Amino acid sequence: MKADVIIIGGGLQGLSTALHLGRRGVKSIVLEKESPGRHASGVNAGGLRQLNRHMAEIPLTVEAARMWKNIRELVDGDCDVVLRGQVRVAESDVQLKKLQARVDMLRAQGYEHEQIIDQETLYRLVPRLVEGCVGALYNPDDGSARPFHAATAFRHKAIALGAEIRSGVEVLGIEEGGDGWRVETSQGSFTAANVANCAGAWANRFASMLGEPVPLKPQAPTLMVTERLPHFLDLTVGAEGYQLSFKQMQNGTVIIGGAHLAKLDFEQEKSVIDFATLKTSAQTVTRFFPHMAQVRIVRTWAGIEGFMADGIPVIGKSAKAAGIFHAFGFSAHGFQLSPVVGRIMSELILDGKTDLPIEPFDIRRFQKTE
Amino acid sequence: MEHHELIVIGGGPAGLAAATAAAETGVQCLLLDEQGTPGGQIYRAVETIPEERARLLGPDYIYGRKLVDRFNASSATYLPGTSLWSLNSRREIGILRDGQASLMRADRIIIASGAMERPVPFPGWTLPGVMTAGAGQILLKSSGVVPKDGVVLAGVGPLLLLLGWQYLHAGVPIRGILDLSPYGNIWRSLPHLPGALMAHHYILKGLRYQMQLKMAGVKFYGGVSEFHAVGGDVLEAVEFTHRRGRKRIETELLLSHFGVIPDSHLSRCAGCEHYWDHSQLCWRPVTDEWDNSSIEGIAIVGDGSGIGGAVAARHAGRIAGFEAARALGYIDTKQRNEAAGKDQRWMHDDLRVRPFLEARFHPPAELLSGPPDETLVCRCEEVRAGEVRRAMHAGHRDANQVKFLTRCGMGPCQGRQCDNAVSQLVARELGDEKMISGGYRIRPPIRPLTIEQLAGLDVGDASQ
Repeated sequence: MKADVIIIGGGLQGLSTALHLGRRGVKSIVLEKESPGRHASGVNAGGLRQLNRHMAEIPLTVEAARMWKNIRELVDGDCDVVLRGQVRVAESDVQLKKLQARVDMLRAQGYEHEQIIDQETLYRLVPRLVEGCVGALYNPDDGSARPFHAATAFRHKAIALGAEIRSGVEVLGIEEGGDGWRVETSQGSFTAANVANCAGAWANRFASMLGEPVPLKPQAPTLMVTERLPHFLDLTVGAEGYQLSFKQMQNGTVIIGGAHLAKLDFEQEKSVIDFATLKTSAQTVTRFFPHMAQVRIVRTWAGIEGFMADGIPVIGKSAKAAGIFHAFGFSAHGFQLSPVVGRIMSELILDGKTDLPIEPFDIRRFQKTE
Repeated sequence: MEHHELIVIGGGPAGLAAATAAAETGVQCLLLDEQGTPGGQIYRAVETIPEERARLLGPDYIYGRKLVDRFNASSATYLPGTSLWSLNSRREIGILRDGQASLMRADRIIIASGAMERPVPFPGWTLPGVMTAGAGQILLKSSGVVPKDGVVLAGVGPLLLLLGWQYLHAGVPIRGILDLSPYGNIWRSLPHLPGALMAHHYILKGLRYQMQLKMAGVKFYGGVSEFHAVGGDVLEAVEFTHRRGRKRIETELLLSHFGVIPDSHLSRCAGCEHYWDHSQLCWRPVTDEWDNSSIEGIAIVGDGSGIGGAVAARHAGRIAGFEAARALGYIDTKQRNEAAGKDQRWMHDDLRVRPFLEARFHPPAELLSGPPDETLVCRCEEVRAGEVRRAMHAGHRDANQVKFLTRCGMGPCQGRQCDNAVSQLVARELGDEKMISGGYRIRPPIRPLTIEQLAGLDVGDASQ
């Protein structure tokens, strides 16, 4: 089977790459070992967050936010996007000063999307927040989407633009042949001049096959969802010094995250929810939202995701093999970046370059230390 | 974390027998029961029930006293009023008791969670006034409540007949008993009759119930199809097709029943492998001859492992109890085989009636996989059959993808009610039964837990 581009991994980054290639008339085959969006892409918290990101990610996150705002133009669906803002709450003046320093640094580099709000504004925006918080870091343009709806919309649009999605196809090996790359799978072999490694938590397998292993650690961040409640919250709430992501969905349920980890058996691809850890998560919720105490948790789950040692992804060309491109290791904050990552990947594959600054994500940052 | 040698989950016939058998060999055994007293659904309140009501329920019910007495006399510890909200592959159990959540673990676990009534989304099934026959029977057993204004019984399965018979003796006006099993079932069940006669008391009992009901003038409708519960805000009547004519019976109460299926949410939450049983039309755990599941140290017995009834459950419980004692080193393999031998033979004999019953009371395919588009499938999230079909036609080709997209099975019951129905809708719509390759993935907590309860979780010694 021959294609222009083979994409390994049917998660959001792979589907976004296929979509952007399709927009430029290039056909790709997406090889997915299970079903599209099966792991982190389909079950993450759906946060559209520019707030408090790693400095290296700022140019990408700002561009991604612009794309999410007009997501219908990109994928013909709304992905249930809601943009009502995100806050990162400070409990003390010391914390608020730390957040203020961040805002000052961003301003110095020309970014205006984060701001500090005072106590009064915070309580106007988040009325049910526990008393005594002093202020917050705030971005009014952040929000959330429904991950599985997004993965579905990206997939449908990619297919409409000519991409072929193969489910249940596991990649077993990859080698250079006379006419490009030959990818051996559980369903036969596929060849293409270019291969995109968007395999998430499994991406290191392919990086290793190509001789450039990376410190990627599979982890399973846990989420909880509550029963439906009357509307009380518009924004997504985080808190300085705590692992918290707290938002009320359109249907009234509250999704609680914060990258609390489940116990993961990566070989079996099975995660076991760690309730001793989630106890901390529940304590954080009742600390900031005491009215949630009697609310019932309906479900907990965990999605398998790749974490990099330095917390930011690998995006860019392979350092060892021409025609190989990587986008993985989003370390529990890749959802928001997905539209722009697909664009970058398509530009790297078709033009050999992109105008977005991706040097910090170069895979060579791990090879230098060898 | 509190640690036990053996934890048995469920205080019905299988759980009581398992705990008793294991404890009698010396195993340190804890039985967790959601109910307040031992007996499960089948022997519910058997220790405390007034004599008159016990006689009404019959000798099979009264037998439960023997089982409970022997359990009480054993060294097993009984923990009533305990709900389980989690079980994982590491044999860690999350329990909730008196509002306090805690974790415990065990070397061996025997799940005896029993059966639940098969939820079937037929038109009107969510109207107030429509209940399951099982719910009707629970009211009768636990508090003697009966419907004074009359009732229609409809569906498939022996429980309908039993409840009709019990109601008859309790003086309840029965407006009609509607058998929704296809006429062809009778012919398909006949080849299984000779085997079934080895356990003929079941069949004789069924015939006796039916005869007494008919003699009392109760009207039976066989081969009923296109069955609807109708009403505005509440149930007003049932409408159905019988002998090619459309019929209507006015009633304020309908008790429906479509057989029972294993309550598999706990074993699925733990990650035990399950398969689709085409004869019983439900998910069943994969187990070996000693009822060990695919997960080391977890066994599943009784109706939770596949519907066999109370008698078979009792034997299966004892067999698993001896197996646990062997695994824990209290008896050797030879002693286990000897101890379990009689139960294995009795269970085998008792189960001979099953193929006949499964064929005779096989629910009609149309009812299970073909609800009209506008019929609610998921009550919690109000998802209709049509939305499930549309999701599949949009390329979501298994139950979990349908769940992600439509939210069916994501409400407070976590799919307990719609799981089977959606699995069958998916299979039928895709025209390929093999597509029933997995039901919903079941996520803890399988019983709702408040945020405060989780925040106060007793994890004991965290270092384990």
